[in-house]
Amino acid sequence: MTNDEQAQPSSTQHARRSIRVVTLYDDVMNVYADRGNVIALRARAAEHGVDVEVTSVSLGDPLPDDTDLVLIGGGQDREQRRIAEDLAAHGPRLRAWADENVAMLAICGGYQLFGQSYRDGTGAELPGAGVFDVTTVAPGPGWARCIGDVIATAVVPGVGELAGFENHGGRTYLGPGARPFAMVDYGYGNNGDDGTEGAQRNEAIGTYLHGSLLPKNPALLDHLIAAALRHREGPDSEPLASIGAPYAERAHAAAVQVAKRRSRRWSRTS
Amino acid sequence: MSTATQQSSPPSPRERLALLLGRASRAIARRLGRSGGTAIPGLVAGALAPSLIERLALQPGHGVATVTGTNGKTTTTHLLAAILRAGGVDPLTNPSGSNLERGLIAAYSGSVDGRGLVPRADARAGVFEVDEAALARLMPRLRPRLAVFLNLFRDQLDRYGEVDSVAEGWARALEEVQTPPTLVLNADDPSIAQLAEHARGARVVTFGVDDDAVALTHADHASDARFCGCGSRFTYEAIYMGHVGRWHCPTCGRTRPVPDVSARRIELREDGSTVHVAIGHGAEQQTFQFELPLAGLYSAYNALAAAAAAYALGLDVVTIASALAEAGPAFGRQERFEVAGRRVRLLLAKNPAGLNEVLRVLTVAAPPLTVLAMLNDGVQDGQDVSWIYDADLEMLAGTGATIVCSGDRADDLALRFSLAGCPPVSVIPQTERALDAALARTPPGGRLDVVATYTAMMDVRSALARRAGVGAYWEASK
Ligand SMILES: [Zn+2]
Repeated sequence: MTNDEQAQPSSTQHARRSIRVVTLYDDVMNVYADRGNVIALRARAAEHGVDVEVTSVSLGDPLPDDTDLVLIGGGQDREQRRIAEDLAAHGPRLRAWADENVAMLAICGGYQLFGQSYRDGTGAELPGAGVFDVTTVAPGPGWARCIGDVIATAVVPGVGELAGFENHGGRTYLGPGARPFAMVDYGYGNNGDDGTEGAQRNEAIGTYLHGSLLPKNPALLDHLIAAALRHREGPDSEPLASIGAPYAERAHAAAVQVAKRRSRRWSRTS
Repeated sequence: MSTATQQSSPPSPRERLALLLGRASRAIARRLGRSGGTAIPGLVAGALAPSLIERLALQPGHGVATVTGTNGKTTTTHLLAAILRAGGVDPLTNPSGSNLERGLIAAYSGSVDGRGLVPRADARAGVFEVDEAALARLMPRLRPRLAVFLNLFRDQLDRYGEVDSVAEGWARALEEVQTPPTLVLNADDPSIAQLAEHARGARVVTFGVDDDAVALTHADHASDARFCGCGSRFTYEAIYMGHVGRWHCPTCGRTRPVPDVSARRIELREDGSTVHVAIGHGAEQQTFQFELPLAGLYSAYNALAAAAAAYALGLDVVTIASALAEAGPAFGRQERFEVAGRRVRLLLAKNPAGLNEVLRVLTVAAPPLTVLAMLNDGVQDGQDVSWIYDADLEMLAGTGATIVCSGDRADDLALRFSLAGCPPVSVIPQTERALDAALARTPPGGRLDVVATYTAMMDVRSALARRAGVGAYWEASK
């Protein structure tokens, strides 16, 4: 377990605010450039005058006693097999954190393993951490992977349109205890059948979208930072100031255009 | 260089017709100005006569060598061909980087006579770069006498799938091919070095770097083979790039082989390097050095691979060293152009590991640094542009680099650079206008570095070639 505290230049006259972030297995689950989420988080938090203290937790490491935000990225089947048991052992703590409104973002392979279980392409059944009431099955050879640009609309208020890229063999189905994170406008989402994308439980979010996701979805990024601050500071936590994100907004708009051109449109009536 | 003993017979009438139609379609494609017609003739001919690959592979008297890996295929093929040529063997290659079946057939149909035979085939060797995902299918058909494996990095996961499946395909191909080829392997990349376990008694020649002075002080993010087949994490004595270095497994004893062709010292400069090499072991060992006119450690690796392949084919060190010093850049890979009184260098970068190496080349140069960075998202570039977050663009922060972003996804690139602490001075998706802006930002007599993904490179290269008065690439590659 490594700690790294970065002093960020203050951009406000308020007293320094800070959030504690745990990245899970970032040396293993790092295939789809989800590191971009940490890069964007640091940069955006600095703009809001929020210090970010990142604790990297990998195989065999204990979780810290408390945190405000948990991040986990995607990996190949082999990497998922490598971490599944270790992660599942952290299940009780992660579920308790989710119930205490710790913010979380689990992407792709990390999202699958934050569910109840994942049966991978070889038929092996991997245990999940059970944060989300979802199950994932990779249908195996002969089934195409879900690959392409995605536009989805977040169910959470204030987050709006999401732009990302998905690349997954597994199909994820929501159980009775799960709510979708978003509804698909273009692309596949959880399974290509029901129009749902990802899952959420309180402030915990699971999603198939990378791209990297947070850099070009500044509304979601601000939503996560605000949720982490609420966990840290309590319900009286001051809301984030509205700050423009010109580069992010242009990249978002470009990704949306590409998705509309290249991906299949989701018909809500089907 | 010894001659391979393989029987070759002339093509059937149907195959001959396919080759002729392939050539005709190339001429038409060129007249239409379409992408040099490097793949179309192969598509046409391959559809008419699927056996052409086998027919092609049987003809060169010196047999066939394949070059595969994520990065460096085109340059290594180009360098190996140059060494063979210097050694009196006429190489038959696919020079424009068209490395799927259709590209190989196009190379074939472009070089045959009216009877469908390669002229002077006895004195020739096939040197083909092969797409890493296509190798498993092509190896049993090409039946190479020698196979070079360069490296394996994450690359276009939307197209190639996951890194592991590529490595598994290679291993399977080596287990199944009728006659196992001589393997030329990068000792420093654990996923390549472990292919020796599938040599099936064939000769293995390894190449690698033994110079701590070019090692990284901290590891790259773009590292793909951190874990051994036994499940343990590799330990590194030195890391040169990504997961490439002097490695061993603390649990099962797998370890980097002592390279047969070793770079003992590499002096990296702005425009090239001097590489001191030891070949062989013990009393047989020979040492020599060569001046490589290509910048960057990754270029030195490509040159080492070509040298190791040539050594395995029986060429002597004098021929190898002089050919490497005289070989220019391959198409779009560190090509140089003189445009509007500026020196323009064109660098292809298409995945995190490749981009990191290109960024290292840029930062070796003396300031001021002016960069035109171009990101496209076509099928050949990878439709998923997230990979730019895996590359360490932070290397340019604090260098004072003047950056212009361009390409279909110029806005994504601009966001990445801004997050890296080096925001661009302008963002212009259109190639010609971006090139104008970047040239205007470059001091007269100064250098502009153009870093581009594959299709962006093709675009900007034709603009550069036209402005510099150089021919189109199918003319330049002859
Ligand atoms: Zn091992």
